[in-house]
Amino acid sequence: MGKFLLRRMLWLIPVILVVSTITFVLMHAAPGGPWDRDLSARQVDPATQKMLNTYYGLDKPLWRQFTAYLIGDVDSKGKFDCGLICGDLGPSYRQRGLTIQQILFMPPEEKSVIYSRFGYSMRLGIYSLLFAIIIGIPAGVISALKQNTMVDYVSLFIVTIGISVPNFVMAIFLIIIFASTLHMVSIVPRSWDEISVWVLPAVILGFGTMARTARLTRASMLETMRQDYIRTARSKGLSERVVIIRHMIKNSLIPVVTILGPALAGLVTGSFIIETMFGFPGMGRAYVTAIGQRDYSMIMGTTLIYAVLVALANVSVDVVYVFLDPRIRLD
Amino acid sequence: MTTQVSHPSTGQTQAHIADLTNMSVKPRSLWMDAWSRLIKNRASVVGMVVIVAFTLLALFASVIAPHNPLQINDGKGFLPPAWLGVGPNGKASDPAYFFGTDTLGRDVLSRTLYGARVSMTVGFLPTFIVIIIGTIVGLFAGYRGGRIDNILMRLTDVFYAFPDLLFFIIVMVTLRQTYIGQLLNGLFLLFSALAVVGWVGFARIVRGQTLSLKEKEFIEAARCMGATDTRIMYRHILPNALSPVIILTAISIPGYIITEAILGYLGLGLIPSTNPNDFFITSWGASMLEGQTAINAQPWLLLAPAIAVSLVVLAFTFLGDGLRDALDPRLQGTQ
Repeated sequence: MGKFLLRRMLWLIPVILVVSTITFVLMHAAPGGPWDRDLSARQVDPATQKMLNTYYGLDKPLWRQFTAYLIGDVDSKGKFDCGLICGDLGPSYRQRGLTIQQILFMPPEEKSVIYSRFGYSMRLGIYSLLFAIIIGIPAGVISALKQNTMVDYVSLFIVTIGISVPNFVMAIFLIIIFASTLHMVSIVPRSWDEISVWVLPAVILGFGTMARTARLTRASMLETMRQDYIRTARSKGLSERVVIIRHMIKNSLIPVVTILGPALAGLVTGSFIIETMFGFPGMGRAYVTAIGQRDYSMIMGTTLIYAVLVALANVSVDVVYVFLDPRIRLD
Repeated sequence: MTTQVSHPSTGQTQAHIADLTNMSVKPRSLWMDAWSRLIKNRASVVGMVVIVAFTLLALFASVIAPHNPLQINDGKGFLPPAWLGVGPNGKASDPAYFFGTDTLGRDVLSRTLYGARVSMTVGFLPTFIVIIIGTIVGLFAGYRGGRIDNILMRLTDVFYAFPDLLFFIIVMVTLRQTYIGQLLNGLFLLFSALAVVGWVGFARIVRGQTLSLKEKEFIEAARCMGATDTRIMYRHILPNALSPVIILTAISIPGYIITEAILGYLGLGLIPSTNPNDFFITSWGASMLEGQTAINAQPWLLLAPAIAVSLVVLAFTFLGDGLRDALDPRLQGTQ
């Protein structure tokens, strides 16, 4: 087990390497430097540009900038500046004086880490996932038990909509219904401390995952229901309730549980449009803002964090599966 | 040719049996079987109708659209849609502008119709390229094995590690100001980015099919008869590996349409054109971006493109589900 985990974690290294190489190459293929991208804004004069380039090490050859980003480099005073391997994502080009990790992980003063941008996005992701589980699993179970009835068809229809319609289009419909027409919620709340303002973004973000959970649960239930051990359980006289809960649901939830890790990663990394729509103080909105401002180091840093989250989530599937399903052996 | 076997008591039935033994009943291919299963599925027929309708709307947008999508009507900005009567801004609706107008008084319905062009093109064109590349690479990797196969598998591992949407965003952000980024109003870059990622999935699936098919007896038989490798690959393996490719196609298309809408919504998709001679004027994603600041007061700006995206994506999903059931009946109802 330990060996397996170690090998899967080592697999993260090439992933990070590839993602950062692609991002780095693309960023430098773009014409101009980070100071003259925004053509509509006032231009930074050449002398200042030169100073900024020296300060951020952009005057060095490309390969050295790349190794400096990944491993680190010696600065002008001879001090070693550690790069990505120490968790340093470099300075932001737009929010001067702040590093990427400070922007994403540092909470406002005297608050805990859950009030950082990353914390906000994680919380939104967890709430969405809770919504997806609480609605999705029962919906899947019920529609499998009542296969080919009206309940099943209605649930399947909602599930198909949830799977195919992207969440920002769903957001547009729900905002128009609940905020613009019914005035039940405000779209951009003044404070995110109250739990009620989290409901709409969490539901919208979690809708697709809810639908996927429901569909997977239904399919898995239908497969379990046809197994021999269910017939055995019935024929030895167990009550239907016990058969359903102890034998069917328990066994059919194995594949569902394993997708929860990737689902959470998907929710955290896929929330940037929803966060932008609701003016949410999370990592996703910082990412979209960085795209608008062409803040390249910020884009690269956030992309790396997203890629690592997704990769970690994929590792979690394999690990969780081993614990839940003894039939699977690793190696 | 039918041989009539007359029997005094059961003449009719006998003739029928004789018919069957002589194979005068027209044989039905597997594809015909799948087709008849597909058109029995009501949801996928509706899906097909919607897709054809939107394709026609996209092609003939210039004829169908009631107004020029670029025409700015002074004083007619923010007109509410026809069914609202009077909008929240106190302006009366105009039946000539069914879905209302935007900030500059441009007709929302016409702009949405033109937006179909981008979405339908994004749905079909990159998919076409991706299928061809993916199928050829997958066939070679699966059939020849060895180094091509190894490289392909390593490549897919890498591609799976990079979240697709993030890759598209980075490509569109960094290369947008370059010459390539400006071609076809930015769509060329988008198509290329989609293709770079997309072919891998097809290659993987065709490779898997080829690996299992090439061990089958009928391939051995073909080889014994002296068929060349190329002939075996294209005439014997490819047709048998097509079902999963078709299913994957139907699943990929809505993904591409959504990706374009998301990028458009982030301001990274189509570069909206002001030249009336351009084929691509605006996209649904870009329309939603334009409308989103006014979501409280003028929700119709978002409603038309949002409904259009949902309809197209749902149509492809229904068709995809139907195709899966029709081409692979074993999977029916399980997914």
